[in-house]
Amino acid sequence: MAEAYVFDHVRTPRGRGKVDGALHEVPTIRLAETVLRAVRERNGVEAEAIDDVVLGCVDPVGEAGGDIARAAALLADYGNTVPGVQLNRFCASGLDAVNFAAAQIMSGQQDMAVAGGVESMSRVGMAASGGAWPSDPEIAIKSYFMPQGISADLIATKYGFDRNDCDAYAVESQRRAAQAWNENRFERSIAPVKDINGLIILAHDEHMRPEASMQSLAAIKPAFAMFGEQGGFNAVAIQAHPEIEAINHVHHAGNSSGIVDGAAAVLLGTKEAGAAQGLKPRAKIRAFANIGSEPALMLTGPVDVTRKLLARAGMAIGDIDLFEINEAFASVVLRYMQAFDLDHAKVNPSGGAIAFGHPLGATGAMIFGMAIDELERTGKSTALVTLCIGAGMGTATIIERV
Amino acid sequence: MDKNALKQFRFTLDHDGIALIEWDMPGRSMNVFTEDVIRELSMIVDHVASDPAIKGAIIASGKPDSFSGGADLTMLEGIARRYAETAKIKGEETAIREFYDETRHLTLLFRRIETCGKPFVAAINGICVGGAFEMSLACHRRIVTSHPKTRVGLPEIKVGIFPGGGGTQRVARLMPTDHALQLLFKGDQIKPEMALKFGLVHEVVRPEDLLDAARTALRKGISPVAPWDEEKFKLPSNKVFSPQGMMIWPAANAIYRRETYDNYPAAKAILQSVHEGLQLPMDQALTVESRWFAHVLRTPQARAMIRSLFVSMQDINKGARRPKDQPPTEIKKLGVVGAGFMGQGIASVAARAGIEVVMIDRDKESAKKGRSAIEAKIAESVGKGRVPPDKAFETISRIKASGDYAALAGCDLVIEAVFEDPKVKAETLARIAAIVGDTVIASNTSTLPISGLAKAVPDATHFIGIHFFSPVEKMMLVEIIMGKQTGGRALATALDFVRKIGKTPIVVNDARGFYANRCVGAYIREGHLMLEEGVPPAMIENVARMAGMPVGPLALNDEVGIDLAWRIVKATEAQEGAGAVDPRQAAVLQALVEKDGRYGRKNGKGFYDYPAEGAKRLWPGLAAFAAARRDPDAIDVETLKRRFLVVQALEAARTYLDGIVTDPREADVGAILGFGFAPFTGGPLSMIDGMGVGRFNALCDGLRAVYGARFDVPQGLRDMEARGATFYGEAQRAAA
Repeated sequence: MAEAYVFDHVRTPRGRGKVDGALHEVPTIRLAETVLRAVRERNGVEAEAIDDVVLGCVDPVGEAGGDIARAAALLADYGNTVPGVQLNRFCASGLDAVNFAAAQIMSGQQDMAVAGGVESMSRVGMAASGGAWPSDPEIAIKSYFMPQGISADLIATKYGFDRNDCDAYAVESQRRAAQAWNENRFERSIAPVKDINGLIILAHDEHMRPEASMQSLAAIKPAFAMFGEQGGFNAVAIQAHPEIEAINHVHHAGNSSGIVDGAAAVLLGTKEAGAAQGLKPRAKIRAFANIGSEPALMLTGPVDVTRKLLARAGMAIGDIDLFEINEAFASVVLRYMQAFDLDHAKVNPSGGAIAFGHPLGATGAMIFGMAIDELERTGKSTALVTLCIGAGMGTATIIERV
Repeated sequence: MDKNALKQFRFTLDHDGIALIEWDMPGRSMNVFTEDVIRELSMIVDHVASDPAIKGAIIASGKPDSFSGGADLTMLEGIARRYAETAKIKGEETAIREFYDETRHLTLLFRRIETCGKPFVAAINGICVGGAFEMSLACHRRIVTSHPKTRVGLPEIKVGIFPGGGGTQRVARLMPTDHALQLLFKGDQIKPEMALKFGLVHEVVRPEDLLDAARTALRKGISPVAPWDEEKFKLPSNKVFSPQGMMIWPAANAIYRRETYDNYPAAKAILQSVHEGLQLPMDQALTVESRWFAHVLRTPQARAMIRSLFVSMQDINKGARRPKDQPPTEIKKLGVVGAGFMGQGIASVAARAGIEVVMIDRDKESAKKGRSAIEAKIAESVGKGRVPPDKAFETISRIKASGDYAALAGCDLVIEAVFEDPKVKAETLARIAAIVGDTVIASNTSTLPISGLAKAVPDATHFIGIHFFSPVEKMMLVEIIMGKQTGGRALATALDFVRKIGKTPIVVNDARGFYANRCVGAYIREGHLMLEEGVPPAMIENVARMAGMPVGPLALNDEVGIDLAWRIVKATEAQEGAGAVDPRQAAVLQALVEKDGRYGRKNGKGFYDYPAEGAKRLWPGLAAFAAARRDPDAIDVETLKRRFLVVQALEAARTYLDGIVTDPREADVGAILGFGFAPFTGGPLSMIDGMGVGRFNALCDGLRAVYGARFDVPQGLRDMEARGATFYGEAQRAAA
């Protein structure tokens, strides 16, 4: 079987996903174009060498609809011969795009591909694509649908994380993110978003709040308390986990992932295809997996998929030097560390989505890239990247530095 | 059309070309949809549509103050029976097809009214619910009267089905989706002004102006095309898949689960029909609704609920158990002895029903205190707008408070509701009997055997038990307890009284705990034992509600008193020996009462804590009762649910086999009304019949092996299994 190598990755900085965010003026396709152009041009890859462009996008409607990957490839001057496909596995789409591309390469059907993701949450809007799962009664009721924040609160309640635990985690994420920027850890990976004149619109992650403290977070009201009570979702959570008397609403904007705009791209291929383009591999994809998990808890999929993936790869948790787990909500990471009894030092060392934000379809590719950067920075060898996913799923990938 | 062939309707045509269709079924006080009605109305609609002389039509009722009660549920039962027969002969698929077609007759007829090209006006005076209101919704104009009895509504959900005659689709096109769903879920009857506000009707007029208003509207011109059949029609809450829809549907689905624990297929079918239907043009929307309707009608839940909550309830309320040879008794004056909480409740419901009440207590002051408490409660209802002030005044003025037993003279029935102590009760009964002679005397007791109390009165044939449940105003069930010597007159009087106050009676024979409390006791005990096993307390409570019970066993025990539960357990042990009591339950109760001083809600400390502010919370100290700490994810929720229902059903079966309850309908209706036994099962005996006695016994055997002797299958159930019997089957054969 062929092996899939990673030659390079880039991401845009993440802009606050609101009308006053820096990237709000930038159409989705231009975000995607930015990273597609950057990853190809700075590596001098011939367009004809690229077999496919795979992009994750969670709300592929409106300007992000209709196969944004092909449109973005054309706009980024990949030429007529490079096709594109958009996929959607909710929040893991960006990582799954990488896995799909890797699978094509490993199966010998492709030699080189660009994978990644894009989301302009400020322009398209979260949940703009609708879908049967939250709305159609048969499936919504069967799957204990509830907004993710309430699932996150359910996880906190069930596994015993209180407001302080979650806020402390958030403060640490902000601290690490600030330190990573101060140490220029992302220097190589950020592709600034520019206007048509080449003027920089955004070059730095915009959502971070390095000044966040336990005191400042304590002032924020829980975000999902009213919704849980009046929308009936607390009852849904309790019926799924009846040992719980009442949901402890601990999450708020300060300890949950931020809403942001952004895109990321990863260049993958066989060793030979890379060599033909004069490229040196930076990392190798060792294994990846997807799984479905209990849909009411919804966001504990990373635990389940990690167990599955380690078993498939014949590895133990101790074999992993570094974990990148998406900080959708503080309780997701806290539960993950609890389940595997992990040292926090090994998890998200440069901060995560609580500080940077979570541009849904792009995040997987972004934290995949951060893992490679971190392995290189620390000289460690093996990393596991994973994200929790709507409707109860998990995606994970193990990479090795080469 | 041959007008003389019409039996259910009168058809007249005026010189303006306006047809008046008067629905007036012979030999019935209330119009309902039967197969004859459907056939005749179809003929009439075809005639209206095809006769060019007819400009429009009015559908009204020929009954003085009612329009129609909707579909005859026994008609649905008939369709279900034919389905079962067809399935046997022609196979399941053909049976389902025929069943689907038959259950579409009404909806197709209503759609024909709506699309026949002539305007129809529904002229509604009095009650108009269910299928009748669905028909009205298909008419092009709905005019209702301000008559105090006029109500519209779709109450189908209350008997486990849903409006399958286009009701879900038309309501959801008239009202914003969230309001429409609420209306369909609640099944409330709506007063004229409210219906107008909701947009469900077009006009409210005085009863005497009804037909004129309908004619005027037709003369002025009414479009014969329903709004939703117009090109320009816009849904009241925008499209299902729109930002507005996303604000409605996820919460609607969650609220459905919160309110039903996903136990009621009809409620889910309402959601699904509306969700799918709003995305379709009307004809297809009606098809989808019909598919769900046929599906729901075939569920065991719908069949069980129609039988227990409609058919059996009606039989019981009509006096199924009343001795036929007894002349009717008219309770004009009631004596209530004991002005405590129960006495107040009894006096209050009786006075509300128009009965003069004499309420006696040990002295005039105590009796007056009781009367003031009733007055305060009624004043509260007035304040909330539930009772008109004049009615409240009439009610309270019917209650006389007295400390003198002599005031009982002239009563048609006397109920004692004094302290639950055999000696106190015996003294009271003797004093009552001394005044009232051979008037029927009843004892309101929840625990004391009636035959024992009967010794206090000179003639036990006139003595009976009437067991009210607390709070009396709210609880619809009354247990009538027959002592060994209780006679037919006492029974007839008690039943006539219960009927007059609008409650539902079941007649049971005398035994410890009678019927309802034995089942309730088994339910609460199961909660205590789960606590001891290490099931997390919240899980006990939540799973009990998920199983279909209205209140968790620990919360329920807090309401009735943990000290009372402990006293009952001790009394049972004293009278029936140590084997009659589960030592684990006794240990929990003893510790709570004697060590922790936790008596329940009454002292603010029970299984729950009752903080002054905010909701009650389970007492953290309950963790100490767990024999072992258990991982909640490893506890099988389905097994817990089963234990809660099976332990009660088994107790109900024992009371039936012991001859305490003698009619399965009473066992089922009594369980649902008395202690809220999972209504979707149709009641405990319906539940056993539904799964089959053999399967139920096997279930008990499985639980017996793990959880102990309380799941022992009685010999009577083994015998039934051997005979291939069901409770209802044998009771019906015995009656025939």
